[in-house]
Amino acid sequence: MTEIIEFITEHLQMIYIVILMIFVGVEIIGHVPAVLHTPLMSGANAIHGVVVIGAILVMLGSEPDNILALSLGFVAVLLGTLNVVGGFVVTDRMLEMFKKKK
Amino acid sequence: MDFILTLIYLIASITYILGLKMLGHPKTARRGNLIAAFGMGIAIIGTIFIYPKEVPMHIYTLIGIAILIGTVIGWLVAKKVAMTKMPELVSIFNGMGGASAALIALIEFHHYQGQTLSIVTILAGLIIGSVSFSGSMIAWGKLNGTLKKPIRIPKYNIINNLFFIALVAFAGFIAYQGIDSQLYLYVLFVGALAYGILFVLPIGGADMPVVISLLNSFTGLAAALGGFLYGNMVMLTGGILVGSAGTILTFAMCDAMNRSLSSVIFGAFGAGTISNESSREIKGNITETTPSDVAILMNYANKVIIVPGYGLAVAQAQHIIHELEELLVKKGVEVKYAIHPVAGRMPGHMNVLLAETNVSYDRLIEMEDVNPEFPNTDVVFVVGANDVVNPAAHNDPSSPIYGMPILEAENAKYIVVNKRSMKPGYAGIENELFYNQKTSMLFGDAKDALGKLVAELKNM
Repeated sequence: MTEIIEFITEHLQMIYIVILMIFVGVEIIGHVPAVLHTPLMSGANAIHGVVVIGAILVMLGSEPDNILALSLGFVAVLLGTLNVVGGFVVTDRMLEMFKKKK
Repeated sequence: MDFILTLIYLIASITYILGLKMLGHPKTARRGNLIAAFGMGIAIIGTIFIYPKEVPMHIYTLIGIAILIGTVIGWLVAKKVAMTKMPELVSIFNGMGGASAALIALIEFHHYQGQTLSIVTILAGLIIGSVSFSGSMIAWGKLNGTLKKPIRIPKYNIINNLFFIALVAFAGFIAYQGIDSQLYLYVLFVGALAYGILFVLPIGGADMPVVISLLNSFTGLAAALGGFLYGNMVMLTGGILVGSAGTILTFAMCDAMNRSLSSVIFGAFGAGTISNESSREIKGNITETTPSDVAILMNYANKVIIVPGYGLAVAQAQHIIHELEELLVKKGVEVKYAIHPVAGRMPGHMNVLLAETNVSYDRLIEMEDVNPEFPNTDVVFVVGANDVVNPAAHNDPSSPIYGMPILEAENAKYIVVNKRSMKPGYAGIENELFYNQKTSMLFGDAKDALGKLVAELKNM
């Protein structure tokens, strides 16, 4: 119990952010036309590629001779980058088509 | 320096919110995506170059190589893939993010021993990331047709749920006992991967967009857990944002198909409904027609509504349908496209495909707006669509798609359906519209049939 209370006090700021972000996410998506659901999903998909930052932190923080951690980290950074770059590029390609005609 | 990184993370978080917001409006969508991409770029660069501790050169090199390879492959794949394959690709990229989160958890587990709540965070990230990865891969296989049939082991609902409970209990046991065992960790990892497969396998291909959207929000959650672990604000905001936005999007997609999320996951298209679906025999004959007859019909029509489906996209007939539309408009026929919310393989997928061929935006009419127009429409031309015009959704309570909103094509004066054969659609059910007296069938590949139709019309 004390550990939980400690945890909450220690991470209060993050808990606030989590709660507020949940509402922001809900509000943002609220009234989007169905037409844009696919690009929106694809764009959101690219944004969770932010996980690559965690992978980079793992690599930066790992012991220089820990081969297992470094190789797993390497794969994690690679996959995360795929998620980010592929996600944004594919979303852009979808949206390019909406923009063309006027 | 720390302050600069904090500032960069703050800016990046704002770009994600702004970007997602702008993605919700057709006019600003593209810029929104670029803004979010910019935010991601500075966050990544900042993370690498503003790191408080000394890092050996070879680690920097490895990171650089990984990013380079990921960028080149991601860029090429995203640029090269056909527009029809878009949903599959989103699924793959989503899986990559999930896998990345799972790998982070695998590495960090050992480093946080003794801090129970951090371990809980890590194990939760491991489970969610792994489920998202293996689930996305199965979804990908289903969308590209490798895994055609839903595979259901008997009582799969109960087994899946028990499996999930066991998984969580096992994770809880590891955390509570503070067991620092790589073996246990990898058992959990493999278990979570297996659960992801079991979770998606029984779900039908038509529901994959919903599943991908759900897994998308899972990956967001996994990223957020990583952010919590490191106290990294940009991972936290980005992850939670996608988690909550993705959940809402999932519900919006379910709404568009008039399904509840639980019926998607636990199967309203389940074994039970499929088996009694044949209880209702469709009687009547189908009428076959020829391109020249259809050309005459359309030539003298006042108003034609085109209902495009995934079949049109598969046949690569988007361009020729646009040609048909222009030809008819030149002849003074009013032409519109009726877009079902789930036409194609994802909501909005059909709009993207038609936009690719320069079909004017204001000819694409959404379902609620177009349905009242069918009674005064002369010809409805259904190309490669099936379930979205199936009247069973209105009048057959035993049908698995009962209650799904449809395009009421049956209200038009004439209905012409282009299909390759009488094979049932994605949901695997018969369509009585095809047996309607007002309906005639134009069999053949969409591109072929439309080509002949356009040629006939040009000669008139």
